[in-house]
Amino acid sequence: MGFEKFGRKSFTAITKVGEYVDKLESGQVFTTHCPKCNKTYFPPRMDCPGCLSGSLEWVKVPDTGKLVSFTNVKYAPTGFEGDLPYLLAVVDFDGFRMFGRLVSSMQGTDIKVGMTVKPVVVSYENGQIAHEFVAAE
Amino acid sequence: MPDKDVAVIGVGQSAFVRGYPGGIRELCFEAYREAMQDAGIPSKEIKALIVCCAPEYDKQRSPSSLIDEYLGLTPAPAFMVESLCSSSTTGFAIAYSFIKSGLYDVVCVLGFQKMSEITSQDVQERMGRGADVMWESPYGTSMPAYYAMYAQAHFANFGTKPDDLALVRVKASTYGQLNEKAVYRKKVTFEQVMESGLVSSPLKVMDCCANADGSSCVILASADRAKEFSKKPVWVMGVGQSNAPMNLASREHMRGLECARIAGEKAYAMAGVGPHDIDVAEVHDCFTIAEILAYEALGFAKPGEGPQLIRDKETYLEGKIPVNVDGGLLSKGHPIGATGGSQLRTIVMQLRGEAGAIQAPNAEIGLVHNIGGVGIYGNVIILGR
Ligand SMILES: [Zn+2]
Repeated sequence: MGFEKFGRKSFTAITKVGEYVDKLESGQVFTTHCPKCNKTYFPPRMDCPGCLSGSLEWVKVPDTGKLVSFTNVKYAPTGFEGDLPYLLAVVDFDGFRMFGRLVSSMQGTDIKVGMTVKPVVVSYENGQIAHEFVAAE
Repeated sequence: MPDKDVAVIGVGQSAFVRGYPGGIRELCFEAYREAMQDAGIPSKEIKALIVCCAPEYDKQRSPSSLIDEYLGLTPAPAFMVESLCSSSTTGFAIAYSFIKSGLYDVVCVLGFQKMSEITSQDVQERMGRGADVMWESPYGTSMPAYYAMYAQAHFANFGTKPDDLALVRVKASTYGQLNEKAVYRKKVTFEQVMESGLVSSPLKVMDCCANADGSSCVILASADRAKEFSKKPVWVMGVGQSNAPMNLASREHMRGLECARIAGEKAYAMAGVGPHDIDVAEVHDCFTIAEILAYEALGFAKPGEGPQLIRDKETYLEGKIPVNVDGGLLSKGHPIGATGGSQLRTIVMQLRGEAGAIQAPNAEIGLVHNIGGVGIYGNVIILGR
């Protein structure tokens, strides 16, 4: 249990990486790393397809990354209408990438591919929690 | 010359419409009837049925069994394949291998989708879950949003502009007006595209194809049976398939679709041809940016140079490589499971010289590029006469 709290609306409750949400609740964004393969994964996972290990370790996501691309969503799928407009993004952390939203306060600002952003924890009014990204200045 | 082992001997397609006035079994029969009349064979010759569709648009579970019955094909075995929007070219690849292996000599590939059973918003919700449901969908994802991120990345990497995307839609409408099976047959001007509202920046309403109800049917046969039944068999020269990671975060770059590039390489290698040998192509233009990405993935243009191809009108009927001269998904509409079969039908008609007003000159080799999800599944099929 626990993963039903992830994102604006989760479609998954049970996972071996449910600890991700616990980390978010403590204000931290983590992902997993295979020490044997020296590879960091996002999405976080407990199974490594490289060496077949089933126990990867949690590592903190770096403080900053680069924006790979983004979009300002004006038409939402069912269940997300109340959030419009919202920004989706892919961010590169030199070795792995993350998917998520840019924080809503970035609406109307000058967003550019390649800009530096940092991961932050965002809590929604209905008790849901997620990582998002914010411009690092 | 292609290996003449497996041929297409019949093609059919329903009209693609906003709301089909019937059930899925009846919708499927529309394409089947046309393909069987085209092939001129009795139903007892069909040795297997492959039904291609994406789930959750209508209520029928395990639709292949129902459709096998309704088409009168039982006791021929039937099953369903799914690779989102590329389902029917995946079905085609399986049909090819069935025949090539000798297991069956005539196989029917039937694609369909009846999207009007649910609202447009619910369609986007289904499609948004055609992504990583654990790590992406919780942010409110949709197909336009994903392709919009590919467009934004192309803009940033190569200087592509909204104007370039609009040119793709204008070309599509030029030919869509001629296609009586297309859902959108109105002329579209450059200004109309540029003035349409944003769906997910930088993609506008007119950069997107429409949901539709539709079916398609392709009948394949072994060389012996093809020669027995068909005066104009069209031969399968190349079949290439590849997958990219589902989650955008797991992909190495966003400059283009790797699944399409790799599928293309495989299909060219199998067919023993290259991009310059293709006389006419159908590519998966679910969004305008997707057609530009296809030019580059298939080698019609170098990476980043796809926009120049449409600016120079090289993908019009008179250009060096006519692309989507049936109006493409942008005009025809995109009934998920039926789309690949519709693309195959267009190419088969081109290679037979039966394409009428949109006939490409001296079309001997044609290509189909069909993508499932946002660059998740890539299928490229090369056909020759
Ligand atoms: Zn490992």
